[in-house]
Amino acid sequence: MNVRAPMDPTSDEPADVPPAPAEPLGRDASLGLYRTMSFVRRFEEVAQALFLRGQISGSIHLCMGQEAVATGVCDVLQAEDLVAATYRGHGQALALGTDPTGLMSELLGRRTGTCGGRAGSMNIVDLEHRLIGCFGIVGGSIAAATGAALALKKRGSAVAVAFFGDGAANQGYFHECLNFAAVNRLPVVYVCENNLYGEFTPMQAVTAGGILPRPRALGIASATVDGNDVWAVREAAAWATSRARGGDGPVFLQMLTYRYNDHARGDPVNYRPDGEMEAWRARDPLTIARARLVADHGASEDELDLVVSKVAGEVERVRELALQQPLPDPNIRGSEFKEMGEVHTDA
Amino acid sequence: MPEIEFRQAVRDAIDEEMVRDPRVMLLGEDVGFAGGVFQATRGLHEKHGSERVLDTPISELALAGAAFGSAIAGLRPIIEIMFGDFMALAMDSIVNQSAKYWFLSNEQRSVPIVVRSAVGGGGRFGAIHSQNPASWFMSVPGLKIVAPSTPADAKGLLVAAIRDDNPVLFLEHKRLYAMKGEVGAEVARIGEAKVVREGTDLTIVTAMRGVHDSLRAAAGLEVQGISVEIVDLRTLRPLDPATILASVSKTRRLIVVDEGPHTGGWSAEVVALVAEQAGSKMPTMLRVTAPDIPLPCSPILEDSFLPGPDTITAAILAQLGEAQAAEARS
Repeated sequence: MNVRAPMDPTSDEPADVPPAPAEPLGRDASLGLYRTMSFVRRFEEVAQALFLRGQISGSIHLCMGQEAVATGVCDVLQAEDLVAATYRGHGQALALGTDPTGLMSELLGRRTGTCGGRAGSMNIVDLEHRLIGCFGIVGGSIAAATGAALALKKRGSAVAVAFFGDGAANQGYFHECLNFAAVNRLPVVYVCENNLYGEFTPMQAVTAGGILPRPRALGIASATVDGNDVWAVREAAAWATSRARGGDGPVFLQMLTYRYNDHARGDPVNYRPDGEMEAWRARDPLTIARARLVADHGASEDELDLVVSKVAGEVERVRELALQQPLPDPNIRGSEFKEMGEVHTDA
Repeated sequence: MPEIEFRQAVRDAIDEEMVRDPRVMLLGEDVGFAGGVFQATRGLHEKHGSERVLDTPISELALAGAAFGSAIAGLRPIIEIMFGDFMALAMDSIVNQSAKYWFLSNEQRSVPIVVRSAVGGGGRFGAIHSQNPASWFMSVPGLKIVAPSTPADAKGLLVAAIRDDNPVLFLEHKRLYAMKGEVGAEVARIGEAKVVREGTDLTIVTAMRGVHDSLRAAAGLEVQGISVEIVDLRTLRPLDPATILASVSKTRRLIVVDEGPHTGGWSAEVVALVAEQAGSKMPTMLRVTAPDIPLPCSPILEDSFLPGPDTITAAILAQLGEAQAAEARS
C-alpha cells in the first residue's frame, strides 16, 4: 500500500504491520467506488457553481481531488461504526449515505436541509448515517471520534473513524487524543488527509519531523497510503478497521492526496509551485480508477462514461430539488436545551 | 439525618448514579486510584472499577473531547477538570462541540455530559488555581452552569446534572468541600434559585461561598434592626428571573455578591436581568466583587481582594445609607 505519490514530502516507510491480503474487490464493487467518487466530484462542482452565483452563502470547503479517501474508507465501515469529519466533509457525508438533496439543501440554508439550515456546510451532522459530525475547528473531529471510540469499546466490535487534514497534526487535539486513545487502546482509526497545505501554508514549513513519526512515537500502528488510489485506500482502511475492531488499539493512516480548489472561497495568493497541480491532476483519483477498471475489470470507456453521465443527471436533479426547498421560518428559533420533562422526579 | 461533608455529597451523587445507570462513567486526572485531589471521588474506583472510573492523562482538551464523543455514542460521562482555571484548556470542546450540538444538529441528539470542577479563591493557590470560570461560559448557549452552596444541593443538583440530557458545568467551591450539612434523597431542579434567608430591607443575590459570607453579614446586622434577604442562585445559567425579581420587587435594594472580577462577571448578568425586567419596581443596585486584577497569592493580599462578611456588611450599610440619604433629599 506504500505507493509513493508525486510530490510526496514524507518518507514512504512501510506500514508498521503488513496488511492482511484483502479479498480482491469484485467488478461491481469496484464500479461502485468509481460511481461514488464521480458523484462526490459532480456534487462539489455543482456546489461550487451555486456558490459562485451567490446562491450558497458564506464559504464552502470543497474536496475535489480528495474523493478517493472518503470513498475508500467509508466503503469498509459497518453499521455500528461512527465517523467524524471536517469542514471539508461533503465527501464523507455522501460516501456514508447522507441524502444528497438534504445535503445540498443544507448548503443552501433550507428548512429541509440535513440540519434544517442550522449547521451549514461546515457543521453537518447526520447520525442516521453514522456521521457524528463535521467539525469547523481544525482537529475537532479527532476528539469526537476518540470519545466515540471510548463508548464503542464498551459495546463490542464497532470502530470510530476521524478524518482530518495535515494541519490538524499541529493541534492540541491531535497530540492529546492520540495519546489518550493509545493508552486506553481505543478502537479508533485516524485518517489524516495530507493534501500538502494547511490553508495556504505548505505542510513541510510548519510540521517538524513530518506527520507519521508522531503516531509512531506513541506506539500507534501507522501507514502512509496513496490517497488517490481508492483501492489502496480501501485496503488500508480494511486493515486498520480490522485491527482496531480486534482490540489492538488505534491505527493511523496518512493519506497522500491533493486539493484542487482553494482552501475556501478564494485563496489570496498563488502558493503552489509551478507544475504541482498538473502533476497531481495526472494522478486524479478518477483517472486512476478508470484505468484500473479498464485494465483489471474489463470495463469499457463507454460504460464508464455512462456512469459519469448518469451521476451528472442525478446531481442535476439534486440541484433542482434543493433549489425548490422551503427556507426556514425565522419565527421558529428552536431551543438551546433539550427539554427535560419529568426526569427530575425519577428518583 | 446525619451530616456529611460537601465532598462526600459529591461522591455519593456520583456513586448512586453509577449504580443506577450503567452509562454513567467518571473520567479525570487522579479521580480514580487517588480519589481526586480534593478527595471528592474517593472509593469510586474501588467500587466501580477502572473501566468506569478512568484516570486520564493531563490532557484537558482530550478529556472534554472524549466526554463529548462518548456522549454522542451513548455514554453519560462525568469529567473532572481539576481546577476551574484549567477549563481554558478544555474550552473548544465544551463551547464549540458539546454546547452547540443539540441545536446545530437540528436536535438529532443532545450531549449529556457533566463537567465538574473545583473553583474559587481563598485557598492560597494563586491567580491560576483560584478562578471561577462561570463567567467565561455565561454567554455560551446550550450550557447549564450549576453552583451549589451546601452539601444537600451538591448532592441533589449533581444527581440532576447527571440525569440532565444537556451539557452541565458543575462548579464546586474549594472552600465548601469540608462544610458539613444534612443531605436528603430528593433530586434538585436545575434552574431554580432559593431564598435562603427572608428579609425586607435589602436583597443579596449570590452563590456558592458567597451565600455563607452573606448569611454571616446578615446575621451580624440583625441586631441593628437591618433585615436582609438572601437569594442563593444555585444555577448561574439559566438564571431564575422569577425568584430574583420577586425578592427585589419586595426589598427594592439589590446587592450581588460574586467573588470573581468585576467586569463581565455573572453578577453583571443578574443586574442586567433586573434592569430589564423589574419595571416600576426597579431597585437600587450594587455589585460586590473582586477587583479587575489577577488574584494575588499572599494571604493578606488575597483576603483583601475577595468579598467576605466584612465587605458585604459594609456594602449593605452603604446601600442603606445612600437610600436613606436619597429619601431625605426627596
